[in-house]
Amino acid sequence: MTQEAPTQHDAVLPTPVRRAVWVLGLAISVFGMSFGVLATTAGLTVPQAVVMSLLVFTGASQFAAVSVVEAGGSMGSALGSALLLAARNAAYGVAMAPTLGKLPLAQRLLGAQLVIDETTAMATAQPEGRLRARTFWATGVSVFVFWNVGTLLGALAGDAIGDPEALGLDAAFPAGFVVLAVPHLRRREGQVAAAAGALVALVLIPLAPAGLPIIAAALGVVPGLLFARREER
Amino acid sequence: MSWWPLLGLAAGAYGLKVVGLVLLGPRATDGRALRLAALLPAALLPALVVVNTLGGDRRIVVDARAAGLAVAVALVAGSRGRAPFVLVVVAAAAVTALVRAAG
Repeated sequence: MTQEAPTQHDAVLPTPVRRAVWVLGLAISVFGMSFGVLATTAGLTVPQAVVMSLLVFTGASQFAAVSVVEAGGSMGSALGSALLLAARNAAYGVAMAPTLGKLPLAQRLLGAQLVIDETTAMATAQPEGRLRARTFWATGVSVFVFWNVGTLLGALAGDAIGDPEALGLDAAFPAGFVVLAVPHLRRREGQVAAAAGALVALVLIPLAPAGLPIIAAALGVVPGLLFARREER
Repeated sequence: MSWWPLLGLAAGAYGLKVVGLVLLGPRATDGRALRLAALLPAALLPALVVVNTLGGDRRIVVDARAAGLAVAVALVAGSRGRAPFVLVVVAAAAVTALVRAAG
């Protein structure tokens, strides 16, 4: 049996998932706009901001890189913290591999670009199987389109949009992650992993360079799994 | 910013995604490794929330963002996770903007 094209998956999603995909996309376009504004005020040209969103396509890393550039930091520390943050996408790739692993290599290489927080969070909130794969592709296409359109608009408008921080947009980003986290906190092992991950990140903020606190938070899965095993006995 | 670091970042970011999905993922057939990977969003999303809310330049900063996130968490917890995405995001941004304007 041949795989359906990614764009057709949207049509067969259950209504709540489809609605969530659209709403997430719309919110992402606002984040994209604030990225476009920040990038151009930090000294990137409009083509550079657009190419970064198209090719790098992992929001937290892009914000980190551009913030370091804006603050006058070295290019090395800009790239270092951005790539540290991007390393979690490798771990997300491992989580998504059972879902996408049977696709032809070309489709997996295309899908790899879409393996980020939002797609992994939305997909793994669904049961394993076709629904999870469809949710991944639909979320990926939605986030990719809205993030890049938002970046272009923000970069073109620049200062005309105003200061993203005056609009509180820097809080909109983590608030969105709170909602995305909800399906992963239903089971006790997820709750333990979440608490441990948040604690590790908090403790490391003053101690480690930008990016590292989030990567280290991945260790939160260990107490989560240990807890689950103890409950099963 | 010049083009080369930007393209280097793009190559690195894509390379990391491919390493996970295409190289490491298919080899991780051990059930425990897959369960650990499945738990990752649970551990990483709250960490992203904490760092983006309280993170400063190598220090913990409690500012207007914390007020916005407190509202977001209250909405999500109070509705047992049923609060609409847009409401939570807009409320957090609005409260943060108001607190910032007042302070």
